[in-house]
Amino acid sequence: MNNVYAADEPIPLLKRLNWQDWLYAFLLMAGSIYAFNYYNHHMDVYEQGFLFGAALIFIWLGWVWRPVRALVVGVGALSLFAIYLYDANLERAEQVFFLKYLISSQSGIMWMNVLFILATVIYWVALFNRSEFTGKFASSLAWAAVLMGFVGLMVRWYESYLIAPDVGHIPVSNLYEVFVLFCLITALIYLYYEQRYATRQLGGFVMLIVSAAVGFILWYIFDRQAHTIQPLVPALQSYWMKIHVPTNFIGYGAFALAAMVGVAYLLSSRGILASRLPSLDTMDDVMYKSIAIGFAFFTIATILGAMWAAEAWGGYWSWDPKETWALIVWLNYAAWLHLRLVKGMRGPVLAWWAVIGLFVTTFAFIGVNMFLSGLHSYGEL
Amino acid sequence: MQTTSKRIYDLLSSMRFAVSLLTVLGIASIIGTVLKQNEPYTNYIVQFGQFWFEVFEVLGLYDVYHSVWFLLILVFLVLSTSLCIYRNSPTMLREMRLWREHATEKSLRAFSHRHEYQAGGSTEEIKAKLTRFLATRGFRYKTVAHEGGSELIVAKAGTYQRLGYIFTHLAIVVICIGGLIDGNVPFKIQELMGYKKVETLDIPASEVPAESRLSIANLSFRANMTLPEGTSADVSFMRMRDGYLVQELPFTVALKDFRIEHYATGQPKSFESDLVITDAELAEPLEATISVNKPLTYKGITIYQSDFQDGGSNLDFKMWALFGDQVVSLPVKGVVHEQLVLGEADEAVTLEFDDFRKFNILNLSEDGKGKLQNVGPNVTYKVRDSQGQAREYVTYMQPLQLDGRYYFVSGMRATLQEDYKYLRIPVDDEFQVDGFMRFRAVMMDAKAHELIASRLSASALPAGGPNSEVQEKFESSVRQLLKAFALGGYTRVAALIEESVPEAEREKAAQTYIKIINGAAYEANNLARELAGKPAANPNEETVLFLQDSLNSLSDLFFYGTPFYMQLKEYEHREASGLQLTRSPGKNLVYSGSVLLVLGIFAMIYIRERRIWMLVKPDNRVLFAISSNRKNRDLDVEFSKYQEQLQRLLA
Ligand code: HEM
Repeated sequence: MNNVYAADEPIPLLKRLNWQDWLYAFLLMAGSIYAFNYYNHHMDVYEQGFLFGAALIFIWLGWVWRPVRALVVGVGALSLFAIYLYDANLERAEQVFFLKYLISSQSGIMWMNVLFILATVIYWVALFNRSEFTGKFASSLAWAAVLMGFVGLMVRWYESYLIAPDVGHIPVSNLYEVFVLFCLITALIYLYYEQRYATRQLGGFVMLIVSAAVGFILWYIFDRQAHTIQPLVPALQSYWMKIHVPTNFIGYGAFALAAMVGVAYLLSSRGILASRLPSLDTMDDVMYKSIAIGFAFFTIATILGAMWAAEAWGGYWSWDPKETWALIVWLNYAAWLHLRLVKGMRGPVLAWWAVIGLFVTTFAFIGVNMFLSGLHSYGEL
Repeated sequence: MQTTSKRIYDLLSSMRFAVSLLTVLGIASIIGTVLKQNEPYTNYIVQFGQFWFEVFEVLGLYDVYHSVWFLLILVFLVLSTSLCIYRNSPTMLREMRLWREHATEKSLRAFSHRHEYQAGGSTEEIKAKLTRFLATRGFRYKTVAHEGGSELIVAKAGTYQRLGYIFTHLAIVVICIGGLIDGNVPFKIQELMGYKKVETLDIPASEVPAESRLSIANLSFRANMTLPEGTSADVSFMRMRDGYLVQELPFTVALKDFRIEHYATGQPKSFESDLVITDAELAEPLEATISVNKPLTYKGITIYQSDFQDGGSNLDFKMWALFGDQVVSLPVKGVVHEQLVLGEADEAVTLEFDDFRKFNILNLSEDGKGKLQNVGPNVTYKVRDSQGQAREYVTYMQPLQLDGRYYFVSGMRATLQEDYKYLRIPVDDEFQVDGFMRFRAVMMDAKAHELIASRLSASALPAGGPNSEVQEKFESSVRQLLKAFALGGYTRVAALIEESVPEAEREKAAQTYIKIINGAAYEANNLARELAGKPAANPNEETVLFLQDSLNSLSDLFFYGTPFYMQLKEYEHREASGLQLTRSPGKNLVYSGSVLLVLGIFAMIYIRERRIWMLVKPDNRVLFAISSNRKNRDLDVEFSKYQEQLQRLLA
């Protein structure tokens, strides 16, 4: 009888860990200590904090969501392999087979693009075939895309230092790089919910927005050569960028995910694909969860942005168009949360709102850079 | 009376009112991003016309975020949110402490999430199991006696969620108050009461009257100063609407040096100013270097590197005449931000030197996809005639490589809205502008045309061939063409063709004429070289291209707008650093509010309030019910999990 007690009782996180979890944590800590010893002269004290902070965050993430462990280890291993192949010589990107076709930053990101588009197609096939197996295959492709994308970004980070030590910077500094980041984060958040709620049927919808971003990336590469690494303008040379931008994109990614789930919800509530999609309640819940997490991170990102602005521009809030639109996005989702939490509203209205919210968000994300001028003008098209 | 104030209170503290305010705030914010803010007023007049300009000005649309109505919205938002907190917090706090131990069996049976079990074992055992069940799942509990000898275990978890509401809404209030303190509310009030006024005249800071000056005591401000190297200042300026205010400072700032560092590609890498701060309270002047992202704070005032401009560089020009039959040049000295008057009376023109840039990073490749490169210094100036009409010019000091060849480039535009139209003067074989200028003088020299014509006919017509009548005719048409070209370039030649050649033959004539002009240009160039004591040009590809470019350029002179070309020969660079000075005491409030906000949001979203009731009856029947203040899927999932677990536990 006591066994039953024990079996059902929730076990605290630390007691749930197995040796692989500890090995993973050890690897990450050892890796960051190594990186610290090697590179601390490139970092200010905040950045040293971020290094270990990031290690702790990824240890925790890997513990609570196991697939992250494999992802982090895979990204680390492939990136180190690429660095080894480069041997501090940028020209080897065109000479070494593995770099040229697989894991130079440009190839990595290209693989990401291809894999995301494939994943989108396969998710849709799985939706129409109701095939569990095909669905799993689509998820694997999405995971592979995420892996290659992160490798591409990590290697890009290294490549920027090879161009010249003073050019080196984290690859979240221009529209091209953040679009890659957007794809990765949106896909990761989606994969989390897919596993948590067994909602593989939504993959086709979410990957549509990721594919749209991939389309933009491709256009941006081929028409504008946006993938060439540019040195940072003085305004961006700050440790704030390292936390402000990724935080922002967790927000954008989550909002985009919610909008695509909203689309699925609206179709299903009209009877389209209803038998193939998850229940309306489940989709409603995913939509809420994702807007909630997006809202939390977007709030943090906006605050970090304000603190950065206070240091770079002389004021935490200048009503610069980007700031103002961030406020509008924020107000929009605050209203959404009020309606749902306070008024208990559910259903198509909120789904529509989430979809329209994506347009507002997209405008804040790229529209502002295209149509309005301001202090954030480094992201111009 | 009672009811009116109650009604106002209800309205102000209602969510509907708050949401309306937020919506208006959102729309107003959008207006501010669509309509460019704080532009010079003349721009708006041009854009909207006088009538709408005035309407929009009354509405405060040129500085939405500081207009009275916008600030009023914020004030109302603070008021409404405060009342909302005042109204709801007591309930929230009470809810947090409440156990709800008075639930009756009947009410528990009405719950949607409930289940009933028949447990085995003694009542004590059952109670022990159940309380352990609750404790291990993070519930706090309390056991109370219930009607009919039953016992009720009431439990709750996540009640701190309610603090989330208080934290977020309090945060909004705190942030808005911080923002209002740092906004220009104090000035607005003084302005409304008539104590202060925006200065619109362009006069030295020392002459600005007291009503447009803000004293050192001013609580918060955001002002600018431009310091040329080697100068100092103890006042800064706040631009406001169509004028400015002078903000006095409790210290003096001097600029020792301003530096721009560049990446290998030429793009700017850092902007740095070496500042010296002097203050009676300082034993020694304070020296500090600031750069973008690395400001300096002294006496609560933070000094930022915000921009830079020319601080009055000295420029030495060689001013070339572009018309007339002589090669004439004149040395001219200019200073950036200053003016120079040339000529007299109606002929007078004013040169206004606007800017000098030492580095210009351009992409000169044909398709615009090539590498960026530094093409060296340029100077921007206006040429204003006696009627006050001005054209703007930008002239590069060094030849630029365009389509594989080098040119002295100078752009001209008649209005600021236009793009520059560029004059490209080809470099000569010594990489100078002189070759073109000598060529130009000969081409425009009517007296030289005769010689050119005869030389051309000598070389173009077969020797001993046609008679002198043909020769004379040929030479006369060469002279005619040269004259036309000298008076108006290709345009004039085209007009000539239109006048004198029947339509059907024009194309052919044009081809012949161009051939003749090219030939004449070759002779003219050699003549020019001869006059300058230089050997004749090699009749190679290089010379042909130079002559073609020169002819094009010559033709473009007629559209260049001034009869002279300003060649920049030397410069003495002097920079000015643009500093921003701010005092923002509201910042700490805003930051604390932000922390509250984040804590509150996480509490509200990630803490779930749940309550469990377990009614243990004397006959060992257990009634289990769970509820949450938010009905959602999480509750359903948790209920079914607990339901099964309890089933096993109590079996
Ligand atoms: C400005 C005036 C505002 C008013 C008058 C207002 C009013 C309210 C009221 C009455 C509730 C109900 C609390 C409950 O019964 O649980 C509420 C909840 C909430 N408010 Fe606001 N609110 C305002 C602004 C905001 C803003 C700007 C946010 C953005 C973060 C916000 C976020 C929330 C959230 C997330 C809830 C749900 C709380 C819960 O159910 O636990 N509120 N608000």
